Amino acid sequence: MSRHDKIYWTGFCAIIAVLIVAPLVLPVFWAKFLTEILIWGLLAMSSDLLIGYTGMVSFGHSAFFGLGMYGAAGALLHTSPPNLWLAILAGLGGAAGAALFVAYFSTRLRDIYFAITTLIFSQIFYVIIFTWTAVTGGENGLIFTRPHFNIPFIVDVRFTTVTMHWFVLALVAGSYLLLRRITRSPFGMVLQSIRENEARTRAIGYPVQHYKIVAVMLSGLFAGLAGVLYGVQNEFAAPDFVYFVTSGDTVIFNVLGGIGTLVGPIVGAGFFQLLRELLSRVFGEQFPYLIPLGVVFIMMIIFLPQGLLGFAKRWLNR
Amino acid sequence: MEQVVQYFQDFPFDLLLIQTVNGIVTGLILALVASGLTLIFGIMDVVNFAHGELFMMGAYLGVVVLAATGNFWLALIVATMMVAILGGALQILTLRPLIGRDPLNTILATFGLSLILQNFALWEFGPVSRKIQEPIGTYFTLFYLQYPWYRIVIAGLSTAIIGGFWLFLKYSKFGIWIRATTQDRVMAEAMGIPVPWVYTGVFALGAAMAGASGVLFGPLGSVNHTMGLDWVLKAFIVVVVGGMGNLGGSIAAAIFISLLEAYASIWVSPSQAVIVSFVVLILTLLFRPTGLFVATPK
Amino acid sequence: MSAASTSSVPLVRVEGLHTYYGKSHILHGVSLEVAPGEVVGLLGRNGVGKSTTLKTIMGLVLPSQGQILLEGAPITGVAPHKLARMGIGYVPEDRRIFRLLTVMENLRTGLDRQGVTEDKRKALLDKAFSYFPRLAERRNQPGGTLSGGEQQMLAIARAMMLEPKIILLDEPTEGLMPRMVSQIREIIDVLHKEGVAILLVEQNVPLTLQASQRIYIMEKGAVRHTCAASDIKVDDPLIKQYLGV
Repeated sequence: MSRHDKIYWTGFCAIIAVLIVAPLVLPVFWAKFLTEILIWGLLAMSSDLLIGYTGMVSFGHSAFFGLGMYGAAGALLHTSPPNLWLAILAGLGGAAGAALFVAYFSTRLRDIYFAITTLIFSQIFYVIIFTWTAVTGGENGLIFTRPHFNIPFIVDVRFTTVTMHWFVLALVAGSYLLLRRITRSPFGMVLQSIRENEARTRAIGYPVQHYKIVAVMLSGLFAGLAGVLYGVQNEFAAPDFVYFVTSGDTVIFNVLGGIGTLVGPIVGAGFFQLLRELLSRVFGEQFPYLIPLGVVFIMMIIFLPQGLLGFAKRWLNR
Repeated sequence: MEQVVQYFQDFPFDLLLIQTVNGIVTGLILALVASGLTLIFGIMDVVNFAHGELFMMGAYLGVVVLAATGNFWLALIVATMMVAILGGALQILTLRPLIGRDPLNTILATFGLSLILQNFALWEFGPVSRKIQEPIGTYFTLFYLQYPWYRIVIAGLSTAIIGGFWLFLKYSKFGIWIRATTQDRVMAEAMGIPVPWVYTGVFALGAAMAGASGVLFGPLGSVNHTMGLDWVLKAFIVVVVGGMGNLGGSIAAAIFISLLEAYASIWVSPSQAVIVSFVVLILTLLFRPTGLFVATPK
Repeated sequence: MSAASTSSVPLVRVEGLHTYYGKSHILHGVSLEVAPGEVVGLLGRNGVGKSTTLKTIMGLVLPSQGQILLEGAPITGVAPHKLARMGIGYVPEDRRIFRLLTVMENLRTGLDRQGVTEDKRKALLDKAFSYFPRLAERRNQPGGTLSGGEQQMLAIARAMMLEPKIILLDEPTEGLMPRMVSQIREIIDVLHKEGVAILLVEQNVPLTLQASQRIYIMEKGAVRHTCAASDIKVDDPLIKQYLGV
């Protein structure tokens, strides 16, 4: 094992250890807060696969996230007793479907045009969910109960704040490792080649559009997983999350944390949420925290475009 | 046979007529918004995510000036100028440092601006919608229906502004500067054209168009801090359907989409009528991705 | 304004310029100067850095070292559009006229500036059209429809609209028919008589030696030789050394 790998894995285990212990020592509010950061982090990480590694900015993640959430909600509401794994499957299925749809159309266009069309498509999903009240509960969304952690014949137990956190942590950490594996695989290398020089990649003979579609679908799957987790954690699904703002937030987490690092977006999510919490505590609930946050965001783009963890980008990807 | 006759008798021709006019009116406002967006994109290669918020600020400033002076026309002029200045200032502060960088940066920066502007409006004006009073209260008879004059006036103003802008682009000194800069930025600079200021001017101009649209739209609907997003989304669709960077195409697409939506809202609710624009977009992307109104597909 | 070099301050002076394109070190300490109203030739093979020198003077490329002086005042790092207004005209190697703009509009890019009265405008346009009658004929045609030679005329006329003190001319005769080449030669003479200095980059040695008062010869990014144009002939061994195939 090289020195780099030793440091990396030690760091990784240390952070996981901290995250495992955290909910045991933190008050309930902060434990849940931490869990949510992980979920947003997963969403942002999924987006990083596109932005950081393939060079495609997507504003469509709210659709994948939202469909994951609603897919899970659907499964939980229509099966009795509500099954966690079915919910995950349904959510992933929904997200994959959305991703395929979006990918098919959007990947025909490049760069800015791709970003705009993903945005428009995510809004299409929003309108559908918002107006198809019979199925989606429309404006009010869907409420459901949290399923048990159920492995047939082995265990059937309710989630507590702490165990929910561990479950989320396990899935998020697993997703991170999986995504890392993907970005380092030959497939991931092609994606990065597309980011560097799409024309040349195509000229060499790679079917660039197919790779892009797969990238969007993978990204959508992980985003959908985040949506499932969010729904399960909070026990509701609301159209607000399918609104463009979620996509926007995701991109903010990516930029703040550093694109192309996978962990950066998680840090970005944490940074954003903490800052927001801080501002609302200091200045009151009504304070338009997005104004100073927006300013910070813009200043980071101008002065620190590589994000908080950008300096470690090469090292993390080695 | 009886049924066919009955069908035609029941067919809401009068609604269709009203909606045609409505569609054209909204379409022209949308065309104005989209033109500003196309201008900024075509010349500066900047996707202005904050365009909808500039539209919104125009509307709010219109409300404020109208309340202060009671004069709609004054509100239109002042609000437009203020948004132009706002746009110019924002460009200098946030977009100039990003010239030459990857376009991703400007998308993100303008996105950040949209967040700031939207929340500023929420903070400053509150969540309750405002209204801009119609400047002209009279109606005229369209066949056997009453139709408000001010809508026609607004349509006329939008057309005038778009037309004026096109003339400006073609014949004025600044128009030549803009076109030269678009074709060859480096050589334009070598000819003494102050390119950084051309960019600022273009952005301010695009902002002005968005701001004016906001004031013009005011009497037609309500003014609130979220109105920007719907419009910018539609404007983006218009720009893609019309052919990116194609001014004439945007205008045609704007009217086309607005007409279809107006007709659709005879039968479905307005929030569902927007699906029409989405469908048009999907069809365009499938069959004519360079734009429906582009002469020959490239 | 006039040609007589009574002042000892050179119009344009370049000292120790080092310029990079990315990692490529193109200029290795270029130094030269042009007196007011003087025609100076810059000779050398392809790729030695002649165009880069002009671009650096014009502010289109920032040097990593060295300075550029206009009438004694440093202008390194000044934006190109300011330099154009300060009196430096630039006619690039590939002409780069605005193809979608008409001839008239191309001229206006130089004409539309502060301090130009209606009379002056008319005078400048008349002068341009009298030197280049073909442009007058085509004044409302898009630049892209002109022939190569006409585009070159337009590029020079356009720079003249700035009323420059010096024109940086980059390979004006490249790809032109002999008839056009002599027309270019005449224009250079006319400009010289008007007191406009010219820094002429050329591969055409005979033309350069005829038109210039002094010449520089560059090789591998630096000036290797300078002398009066009259002191050197076309078949000089130095010419063969630095410009021969």
